[in-house]
Amino acid sequence: MSIEPRPPPPQFALLLKRALGGRAGWGGFALQILFVAALLWIGYEIVENARANLAAQRITSGFGFMRNTAGFDVSQSLIPYSGSDTYGRVLLVGLLNTLLVAIVGIFFATVIGFVVALGRLSPNWLLSRISGGYVELIRNLPLLFQILFWYLAVLAALPNPRQSISVFGLFFLSNRGLVVPKPIADPGLEPFALAILAAIIAASLLRDYARRALFESGRVITIWPYALGLLIGLPLLSALIFGKPVTFEIPELKGFNFSGGSRLIPEFVALTLAISMYTASFIAEIVRAGIQSVHKGQMEAGASLGLSRGSTLRLIVVPQALRVILPPLTNQYLNLTKNSSLAVAIGYPDLVSVFAGTTLSQTGQAIEIIAITMGVYLLISLVTSAIMSFYGWRIGRSLGA
Amino acid sequence: MKRVSLVLTFAAAAVLSSGAVSAQTLKTVQDRGMLSCGVGQGLAGFSSPDDKGNWTGLDVDVCRAIAAAIFNDPTKVKFIPLSAKDRFTALQSGEIDVLSRNTTWTLSRDTSLGANFTGVTYYDGQGFLVKKSLKVNSALELNSASVCVQTGTTTEQNLADYFKLNNMKYEVIAFANEDETVKAYESGRCDVFTTDVSGLYAERLKLANPADHAVLPEVISKEPLGPMVRHGDDQWFDLVKWTLFAMVDAEELGITQKNVDEMAKSDKPELKRVFGTDGNLGEQLGVTKDWVARIVKAVGNYGEAFDRNVGAGSKLGIARGLNQLWNKGGIQYAPPIR
Repeated sequence: MSIEPRPPPPQFALLLKRALGGRAGWGGFALQILFVAALLWIGYEIVENARANLAAQRITSGFGFMRNTAGFDVSQSLIPYSGSDTYGRVLLVGLLNTLLVAIVGIFFATVIGFVVALGRLSPNWLLSRISGGYVELIRNLPLLFQILFWYLAVLAALPNPRQSISVFGLFFLSNRGLVVPKPIADPGLEPFALAILAAIIAASLLRDYARRALFESGRVITIWPYALGLLIGLPLLSALIFGKPVTFEIPELKGFNFSGGSRLIPEFVALTLAISMYTASFIAEIVRAGIQSVHKGQMEAGASLGLSRGSTLRLIVVPQALRVILPPLTNQYLNLTKNSSLAVAIGYPDLVSVFAGTTLSQTGQAIEIIAITMGVYLLISLVTSAIMSFYGWRIGRSLGA
Repeated sequence: MKRVSLVLTFAAAAVLSSGAVSAQTLKTVQDRGMLSCGVGQGLAGFSSPDDKGNWTGLDVDVCRAIAAAIFNDPTKVKFIPLSAKDRFTALQSGEIDVLSRNTTWTLSRDTSLGANFTGVTYYDGQGFLVKKSLKVNSALELNSASVCVQTGTTTEQNLADYFKLNNMKYEVIAFANEDETVKAYESGRCDVFTTDVSGLYAERLKLANPADHAVLPEVISKEPLGPMVRHGDDQWFDLVKWTLFAMVDAEELGITQKNVDEMAKSDKPELKRVFGTDGNLGEQLGVTKDWVARIVKAVGNYGEAFDRNVGAGSKLGIARGLNQLWNKGGIQYAPPIR
C-alpha cells in the first residue's frame, strides 16, 4: 500500500481572486470589470451611432435582406443553387468556393513547398539552384499579377470548345475548362464505400501492430504490400459482388458548351495554381529554416545508424523541425486563405466576389455585408489556427517537450 | 483586397462619423471651390480620360455642367473614378457630391440606398455582344453559352431573368472590372459579353478587331441611366436635376454653344426667363441668374453633348433613338423653365 501526500484543502476564494484579479487582488478585479464595461459601452455607441446615421440617411439596414431572393447565377457551386435562392444561400455558396480554393491550395502549397525546400537542401547542385531560383522568382512577384498571368496564359493557350483537346473522347480540355466524365451513383456504391472504409481501418490497425512490434521488440515488419492489397482488393471484391459502384456520364458538345460531365473551370485552376505556387515559395523557406535548425549531428547520427538520407529526414529531422516550422506555416495557411479573395479579379465566384461583390451592390447594405464577410474570414482563420495549434501540441507531446 | 478596403473605409466612415450628411451640399461645394463627381473607370463616350488626361463623356459633361452652373467654370470638378461595386458607398459616405456613372434607375436603388436619382441622361437597355464567327443572329440562339458580365450591376439579374424566361441554360462569369470582363471575352473564355447596349458599343472599340464582333438585336431590359445625389438635401437635388433639364430644354429651344450669346439678347419671354434677364429662376436654385447660359457655354445643350460623346460626332456613332427629344420621336423630355 503506497502512501500519497494529501492534497491541500481547496481555497476557492483564493483561486477565484487569483484568476480574476491576478496579483493585484480584488482591486485589479474591479479595474478589469470597469475596463470591460468601457469596451462594451464603446462598442454599443459605435453600433448605435451607425444605426442612427443610416436611419438619418434613409439607408436600409438590418439583416432581413438575407432572406430575399438573389436573382443572379453563379458559375461554380458545390451545393445546388439557382437564381431563385436567397442571399443567405449565396453566402454559403461563396463560402464553400472560398474553402475549396483554400483547402486545395493549402494542400498543393504544402506539397510543393516541402519538395522545393528539400530540393534546395539537396547536395545536387542543379536541383538546389533550380529550387532556389523558384523561390526567389515566385515570392518576389505580386500575387495579383501571377493570378492574372496564369488566367490569361492558360486561357490563351487553350482552344475554344468546338476545337477542344480530347483525351479518348472522355476528357475535354478547352478554354471553358477541363470537362471530365461525371460519376453517377449506382446501387453498388454503398457496399463499395463501406469496403474502402473497412480497408482503411484494417490498414491502420496493421500499422499500429507494426509500430508496436518495432518499439517493443525491434522487429521491422514491412506492411505496405498488405495495406495496398487491402485498399485495392476489398473495394474490388465489393464491386464484383454488388456490381459497379458508379456509372460515368460522358460529356458531349452541345451548342456552345459541353453538356453532361463535371467541369473544372479555368478560374479555379488559375487561382489555385497561382496561390499554391506563391505560398509554396514562402513555405519552402520556412521548411528549409526548420530543417537547418535541427543540429547536423542528428543527420550524422542517423547516417551512423545506417539509415538512408530519406529515412533520416523522415524519422529524425523533420519531426524535430516541425516544431519550428508549424507556427510560421500556420501564418502561411492563413495568408493563403485570405489571398484567395483576389479571386474577384478573374471572376472566380468566391465569398468576396458573390457576397461582398454582387450581393453588396444589389442590396447596398455595405456595413452588414462587410461585417459578415470579415466575420466569416475571421472564423475560417481561427479554425485553421486551432487545428494547427492542436497539431503542434500533439507533436510537442510526442517529442516529449 | 484593394476594393474591399475601399468599401471598408466608407463603412468605417459611416460608423464613426456623427451626423455626417449635411443638408448643405451646395454650400460645402462652394466653400471647397470644387465639385466632387463620381464617374466610371473608363467607358468610352460616358466617362474616360482622353489622350491629354482630360475626362470626357456624357456622364462627365453632366458634372461639368453642374460645375459651370455653380462656378461658371466647367473645369472645377474633381473626377473620382469608381467601380460599379463601390459607387453607392462613395456617395453615401460623402466622398462624392454627385454620382454620374451610367447608373440604372431602379426602385430598390432609389429607396434603399439613401440616395435619389435626379433624371435620365441616357435611355439604355441591356444587350449582347458576340463574335460574328459564331454565326448567332439572335439572343434566343444563345442556349448553353458562357456569358461574361461585370459584377455589381443590374446586368446579372436581367441576364438570369432572360435565360430563365426563355428556358435556356448558360454559364455566368462575373468580373469586378469592365476591363477584365472584356479581356476574358476577347480571350474566348465567354461566347457573349453583356452590358448596356451603349456600353457594348463603347467596349467594342477596345477590341483588337471591332468589326469581328456584333451587337445582337435583342434589348432585354430597360436601363434608364442617370445621376444620383444623397437623400435629404432637396436644394442640391433640385440643382442637379435642373442642370440636366436645362440641357434638354436648351436643345428644345434651339440654344447651342455657338448661338448662346445671341439668344441671350432675345426678347422672347420664354428665353428671357431662361437666361435670367427676366425673373430670378437661377437664384431660386441657389446659383446665379445666368445659370443656363453658363451650362450651355460650357458643355452645349443635351443634343450637342450627346453627339460629341456618343452620337454621330463620336467614334461610337450611336443613333439618338429613344434619346431624341420628345417632339422628334424620342422620349427625352424636360419640364419647362418657368
